[in-house]
Amino acid sequence: MTTQTRTPTRTPVSTSTAGAREPIAWRRFALHAGCLAALLVMLYPLAWLLATSLKPANEVIASLNLLPSHLEWSNYTTALDGVNDVSVWRLLGNSLLIAGGAVLGNVLSCSLAAYAFARLRFRFRGPLFAFMIATIMLPHHAVLIPQYIIFNKLGMVNTYWPLILPKFLATEAFFVFLIVQFMRGLPRELEEAARIDGCGPFRSFFLVVLPLTRPALITTAIFTFIWTWNDFFTQLIYLFSPEKFTLTLALRSFVDASSQSAFGPMFAMSVIALLPIVLFFLAFQRFLVEGMANSGIKG
Amino acid sequence: MTTTDLPAGRARTRTASSKRPKRQREGAAWVFLSPWVLGAAVLTLLPMAVSLYLSFTDYDLFNAPHWVGLRNYTQMFTEDPRYWRSVGTTLTYVVIAVPLQLGLALVVALALKNMKRGKGFYRSAFYAPSLLGASMSVALVWRAIFNDGGTVDHLLGTGGWVNRPGWALLAVALLTVWQFGAPMVIFLAGLQQIPGELYEAAQVDGASRWRQFLSITVPMLSPVIFFNLVLQTIQAFQVFTPAFAVSAGKGGPADSTLFYTLYLYDRGFVASHMGYASAMAWVLLLVIGAVTAVLFRTSRSWVFYASEGDR
Repeated sequence: MTTQTRTPTRTPVSTSTAGAREPIAWRRFALHAGCLAALLVMLYPLAWLLATSLKPANEVIASLNLLPSHLEWSNYTTALDGVNDVSVWRLLGNSLLIAGGAVLGNVLSCSLAAYAFARLRFRFRGPLFAFMIATIMLPHHAVLIPQYIIFNKLGMVNTYWPLILPKFLATEAFFVFLIVQFMRGLPRELEEAARIDGCGPFRSFFLVVLPLTRPALITTAIFTFIWTWNDFFTQLIYLFSPEKFTLTLALRSFVDASSQSAFGPMFAMSVIALLPIVLFFLAFQRFLVEGMANSGIKG
Repeated sequence: MTTTDLPAGRARTRTASSKRPKRQREGAAWVFLSPWVLGAAVLTLLPMAVSLYLSFTDYDLFNAPHWVGLRNYTQMFTEDPRYWRSVGTTLTYVVIAVPLQLGLALVVALALKNMKRGKGFYRSAFYAPSLLGASMSVALVWRAIFNDGGTVDHLLGTGGWVNRPGWALLAVALLTVWQFGAPMVIFLAGLQQIPGELYEAAQVDGASRWRQFLSITVPMLSPVIFFNLVLQTIQAFQVFTPAFAVSAGKGGPADSTLFYTLYLYDRGFVASHMGYASAMAWVLLLVIGAVTAVLFRTSRSWVFYASEGDR
């Protein structure tokens, strides 16, 4: 990697290499300048969010200045009071409970299904695998209404069960696929050795395969957390008591209820809602980026 | 935990393993699969069948479904201008957002490909909006920036986009384009797998960079381009959160952000026409299926699988 890679000169081999050095350096500089400029534009909405969350009410709309004239921390204290007499801590707890339950469910159920698809032999394995892959493309809306009816009949509407229970049944095929891809890359010899030592499929799954699959499981856990945290549609449909709201739902009712004077507190709450994702991203970006990359190139 | 009974288990299985009937191992597979099988049956297949049935009924969630034959469909196609509005909005959005997003993803991936320093940083930084952008928080920021008096208004003097039909849709599309990081990361991984010798050989032959791009990069990357195209198209058909945020759930102005899923939500969960919403869901399913099938069919002529060259 450290050796000089292909020289990106337009002219072919005939030119002297002595003069080629300067244009390359210049080109590299231009590339970085371009990337940084693009990044600045892309990060602007996030900078705007952070700045606005600290702006006094009269500057939110009137001024084009990104930076506030002074930091209005009261936006955050107002936001902490929450919406509809439900404090932000409660909303945060609700969001965490749902996301945590979803993470546990997805990691457990998807890794079980993935092991069967990746390593075990059973009848209809091919067709079932094809079906599983096809459900990645299935629009959520095709199953949405009957699922709602089922949960309604079970008396589970306005509880967290409809948001958590499906994750324990490996309904997110994307993650099954992700883990299958990873497990296929593990050396089979280890399981064969385990089998010779007397491990049945269950023990070799829990003691041999699962520990080795940890990177894929971490990726699954982080993506599940972030996607569940960001989810709006399902929460909108299943939850309607304000004290059961998640941060996402509370933000929505913030919008409906308030005038522009509440802009500051609203965006302070937006920052609070975004914070866990940002922290997850900073802590686990390697897994996230590689998890995304791996989803597309094999298979 | 189970290590204490290991010797016993070992002794037992060692004698049995060679002769153990296949069926027993198959039984283990079904135990592993059981959560998935239950989920697929109860939360996927059954609901699909039920929603197909409901699409031929009038159903308000409280009274028993009432069979109406094809009426939901005929009403949808012939008597409901808002339905066609939502179809037009969604198709326009897909056609604008997906190519722009994938094009940008490819350009940035190509720019980063040979970078020696800073590649990891840029890769992560460009990817971040893909995770944040799906949130209500960012959708609200978008609404404010593109509103009257928002930044875009100040910079371009175009007035508030989200208040003007036509422009509001573009604002939502830009939010999607902004999230080009996820396909970019996949492109970048695909680019890294193209053997460098191909480019070296082409350079010796005097091929221009554009020629190399067309004759090496595009064919070698075509499976990944195809993967991204299918995935992003399917996702774009189902966009909801930004549409909801930009118009506070109403699909305005003048129904210009009445996306298909927003109208489906409105019919099913606001107006309690579950039968009608089910019919809409089935049409969406068929359209996504058809679009995917067409993509797969055309892929035969342009997607190149190096490992399956002798197919």
